[in-house]
Amino acid sequence: MVGPGWTRRRAPPGAAPTMNCRAEVLEVSVEGRQVEEAMLAVLHTVLLHRSTGKFHYKKEGTYSIGTVGTQDVDCDFIDFAYVRVSSEELDRALRKAVGEFKDALRSSGSDGMGQISLEFYQKKKSRWPFSDECIPWELWTIKVNVVNLANEQERQICREKVGEKLCEKIINIVEVMNRHEYLPKMPTQSEVDNVFDTSLKDVQPYLYKISYQITDSLGTSVTTTMRRLIKDTLAL
Amino acid sequence: MLPYAMDTDLSSQDRKDLDKFIKFFALKTVQVIVQARLGEKICTRSSSSPTGSDWFNLAIKDIPEVTHEAKKALAGQLPAVGRSMCVEISLKTSEGDSMELEIWCLEMNEKCDKEIKVSYTVYNRLSLLLKSLLAITRVTPAYRLSRKQGHEYVILYRIYFGEVQLSGLGEGFQTVRVGTVGTPVGTITLSCAYRINLAFMSTRQFERTPPIMGIIIDHFVDRPYPSSSPMHPCNYRAGEDNGAVYPSVEDSQEVCTTSFSTSPPSQPAALGVGSADMGYPVLFAGGLNAAHPHQLLGPGKEGGVPPVPSQPAHGTQADQERMCTPLDGVHYSAATPSSSEDTETVSNSSEGKSGSPHDLLETIFIRKVGAFVNKPINQVTMANLDIPFAMFAPKNVELEDNDPMVNPPDSPETESPLQGSLHSEGSSGSSTGNTHDDFVMIDFKPAFSKDDILPMDLGTFYREFQNPPQLSSLSIDIGAQSMAEDLDSLPEKLAVHEKNVKEFDAFVETLQ
Repeated sequence: MVGPGWTRRRAPPGAAPTMNCRAEVLEVSVEGRQVEEAMLAVLHTVLLHRSTGKFHYKKEGTYSIGTVGTQDVDCDFIDFAYVRVSSEELDRALRKAVGEFKDALRSSGSDGMGQISLEFYQKKKSRWPFSDECIPWELWTIKVNVVNLANEQERQICREKVGEKLCEKIINIVEVMNRHEYLPKMPTQSEVDNVFDTSLKDVQPYLYKISYQITDSLGTSVTTTMRRLIKDTLAL
Repeated sequence: MLPYAMDTDLSSQDRKDLDKFIKFFALKTVQVIVQARLGEKICTRSSSSPTGSDWFNLAIKDIPEVTHEAKKALAGQLPAVGRSMCVEISLKTSEGDSMELEIWCLEMNEKCDKEIKVSYTVYNRLSLLLKSLLAITRVTPAYRLSRKQGHEYVILYRIYFGEVQLSGLGEGFQTVRVGTVGTPVGTITLSCAYRINLAFMSTRQFERTPPIMGIIIDHFVDRPYPSSSPMHPCNYRAGEDNGAVYPSVEDSQEVCTTSFSTSPPSQPAALGVGSADMGYPVLFAGGLNAAHPHQLLGPGKEGGVPPVPSQPAHGTQADQERMCTPLDGVHYSAATPSSSEDTETVSNSSEGKSGSPHDLLETIFIRKVGAFVNKPINQVTMANLDIPFAMFAPKNVELEDNDPMVNPPDSPETESPLQGSLHSEGSSGSSTGNTHDDFVMIDFKPAFSKDDILPMDLGTFYREFQNPPQLSSLSIDIGAQSMAEDLDSLPEKLAVHEKNVKEFDAFVETLQ
């Protein structure tokens, strides 16, 4: 699903961007122990495309970009491998979020349905006393359905099937990335923290936040938003 | 230059940049594809400071042979309409049967995007496309096959330029598009067609093909579009390489864009392209290469590891995983933009520095020699190699006369069978100083040992105390002594016992 079109590049100064957030939804059915790896595979693949090297601003208006390294990750519970950005900080942040999601899923009961969302946003500074606005421009939602399997043979089949499904998801993600739709304009030095997360030391992803929802057996959703610790959240 | 339609809108600088971007994009594409089929996990490091030699801001290593093959296939041209660059991945079994698995195509079509900015948008989109390629190369079926290669089959690659040939993929092959990037001269498309019918592996209905290693099918004297080119393995095994000398560096004048501008395009201030000639990317040593003597040499060097220059030609000991760093830090050599940029030949004869990089050993893709293999490596200066614990690797073949492992300190006559076997080999050959065929001695230098507290290190300690003297209480002399004492005291004890016979008898009766 792609949202309707939006203003390209920039809005007139002073006006709020009148864009709609591009939203993509992926669905997977996995066994309980596969949840973490499946989520990490998808999130890392998205962030691979949404991270750049660190910006180094030089004289006015120019900047250079650091280098992004990549590494292969093999999954233990799925017949699958993916590529992620070589950044331990980023990996830790994602693992923390996915770990919380997995724990929440597990403690919600045996139904095991939920979704985890990765949202990319821009910050728009507001004047006091209003806090900064966070304007999302891309939202990835992964709906997860946890299944319980009876025996080892089923588990083996599940390993392969989930591996194939994840291959399809990666192709879907790449297809969306390839549309070259809206991306925030490259910021000036004073604006860089409104567009990118500059807190990591080796790479620079776009500003993002991860949240998740667990659906309990009644179908109602219990929203738990986990905010990434960005230093700017301390403002106001 | 290739004729493009309506290219009058493109400035000449933009045009040069675009051609350069496309060329290096093609080379990096090939690297990513081949490296993804090597059968090993790839890992490169992020670097926050720009080095200027990492094209598209991505750490993608350059395997020299692969670059050489790609340049050979391109022969100075760029992908254009009807002329695509293709990387064919195939599988070859140990019996000699082969099967095409995938064809990766880098194509150009006529659809132009005039509005797009070359130095900025096109470059960033090409970077994004490379990231997509990294992701997609892991999801096609050939990836899992390539991770398991080695015993029964190997994965080979072949690069050709021209018409895409998909007939070898069997029926019902599938295609996946990696992505497209519009440019003012056309739209670049990267896609993969892959075989899904792998059933022949079980039914063994192979297509018998003639051996394809090292054979060039060359029916034409002048072949602008070679229909076939030699296959190459995606992993490295000794002897399969034809020993050609591959320049391990890019042309010194090919720098990649390092600076971007956030100011409007009327101020083309800070593009790094062409303005400074930084040292070309250099590969740093990652592993000992004694098993692959063919890969690195110029003529006249003997087999075995060639000598590493005592002054590394390019910077200091670099991280094994560091991809391409030019000279130390950001150090720009004198800017001499060369006109040879456009007249680059396949042989790359313009590279003056081809000598010393050859002496640097290959990257992590070479399998390392095991730790206990004794090879004549006298000439190698270990400190310059970036293998872990290089200090502890065997430095040279020490004369066995001096080696305490071979000539142990005097040990007592009674030796355990184990000790006997350890020393029997060594002492017999010490006079000649030759190594033994069936027992290899190395200078035992354990890792992590340091001389901090004790004046000796762990290795020396171990060696010296490996043959301790026997405990005095266990020696025969003392044993004999105590036995004699026992014998002497026996008659006295017997006399005492005889005196108390009645008591003993009474005791025995109580037990009954």
